[in-house]
Amino acid sequence: MRSDPAEFELVAPGSLPAVLSLLAEQPGTWLPIAGGTDVMVLYAAGKLPAGKLVSLWNLPELRRFDVSAREVRIGAAATYTDIRNHAVIGKDFPLLSTAAAWTGSIANQNRGTLGGNIVNASPAADSLPALLVYDADLILTSVRGERRVSYNSFHVSYKKTILAPDELVLSVCLPRRFDGYFAHTRKVGARNAQAISKVCIAALARPNNGIVEDVRIALGSVAPVPLRMSQTEAVIKESALDGATAKRARLAAIEEVRPIDDIRSTVAYRKAVSGNLVEEFLTRMAASPTKA
Amino acid sequence: MTVPRQTCEIFLSINGQQRTICAHPMERLLDVLRHQLALTGAKEGCGEGECGSCSVLIDGVLVNSCLVPILQASGTEITTIEGLAQGTRLHALQKAFLDCGGAQCGICTPGMVLASYHLLSRKPNPTDDEIREFLAGNLCRCTGYAQIIEAVAQAAQPAGAEK
Repeated sequence: MRSDPAEFELVAPGSLPAVLSLLAEQPGTWLPIAGGTDVMVLYAAGKLPAGKLVSLWNLPELRRFDVSAREVRIGAAATYTDIRNHAVIGKDFPLLSTAAAWTGSIANQNRGTLGGNIVNASPAADSLPALLVYDADLILTSVRGERRVSYNSFHVSYKKTILAPDELVLSVCLPRRFDGYFAHTRKVGARNAQAISKVCIAALARPNNGIVEDVRIALGSVAPVPLRMSQTEAVIKESALDGATAKRARLAAIEEVRPIDDIRSTVAYRKAVSGNLVEEFLTRMAASPTKA
Repeated sequence: MTVPRQTCEIFLSINGQQRTICAHPMERLLDVLRHQLALTGAKEGCGEGECGSCSVLIDGVLVNSCLVPILQASGTEITTIEGLAQGTRLHALQKAFLDCGGAQCGICTPGMVLASYHLLSRKPNPTDDEIREFLAGNLCRCTGYAQIIEAVAQAAQPAGAEK
């Protein structure tokens, strides 16, 4: 049943310090809402517990981009459209711009935010595997101060994160040290546009003289959290970039993923596709004229 | 029992006119447009941001109005399908949709036209792929997409480019 707006409170304090004070006064009481592309869906379906929401939409402190020689910092409430349109992200972090272009429709990209995607913590979110392979850090903020954490440690279990009740994600930091890496991403869904993934991959590697010196792979929709494929990477690292390695990597990936049966796909399909996506990544890299 | 919360006053511009709305802050922009302002061009299809039939422009940016709490529209300029024609003079896109048979039952049409408007305001000469990408969030269940895409391409041509 639909929610009754009279049972909900929504406030827009208009500045980051004011939002943080509110969260600190009554921790766990206020649900932050940015572009609403997740929260409003639950609300419309009557699945949002009646309560208090605080708007983060258009807070300037959360929507800025800071580019330095060392890293790019993306404000947590930057939209997917903001990310798609950012030239440095397009050049240095193509896996993220591509994922942004794949996330929902244009209207949803105009409202959906990277921080919202992170905190919503769906294992099917398209942009999160890219953050894993780019070694993103998150800056979390509260009235108690800021802390910088590795994104890799942010998701604890299905929809559970290390974010404290009085904290917000302030920004996402991407180190600019993947120049020259071969980048590959692919989304497997029911439809090209705005389908939620059955499986998606983001992968980076640096081959040198036919040996894979470094490799970083993450998959979405194959575990309770976006999954960095450490065991599969170990099989590939320091190995020859050839068909034998690709086949061993495929088998390792099938072993490493922990998918479930749900409305979008099955365990068997997701395992098989995970293996295929990893093998395809290595095969494409071997065939790429731009490989180092 | 939850105690009903208070309504608030919200100022915004709708199709160029300044309006003051009295609403609960979590009321959806879509419901305010349809029920308070009698602007029924935006339709409720899925109610979860999948179908695009409730598309409107906020400050020139395409959004699904079913996912926007009215408080977040405070101080913005909203354009709905009702704001596109000038009197009886149709917008080039509306004319092209008519000419190409891009509308049948009409449920998706306001959203299709506004999504196309958003596209042409950013890419005046879109490729076929760009048209398909920018309209991918708008679902049609009767016309099919060929005539709609043709209509956008026709409106984008210099002859139809008057905005």
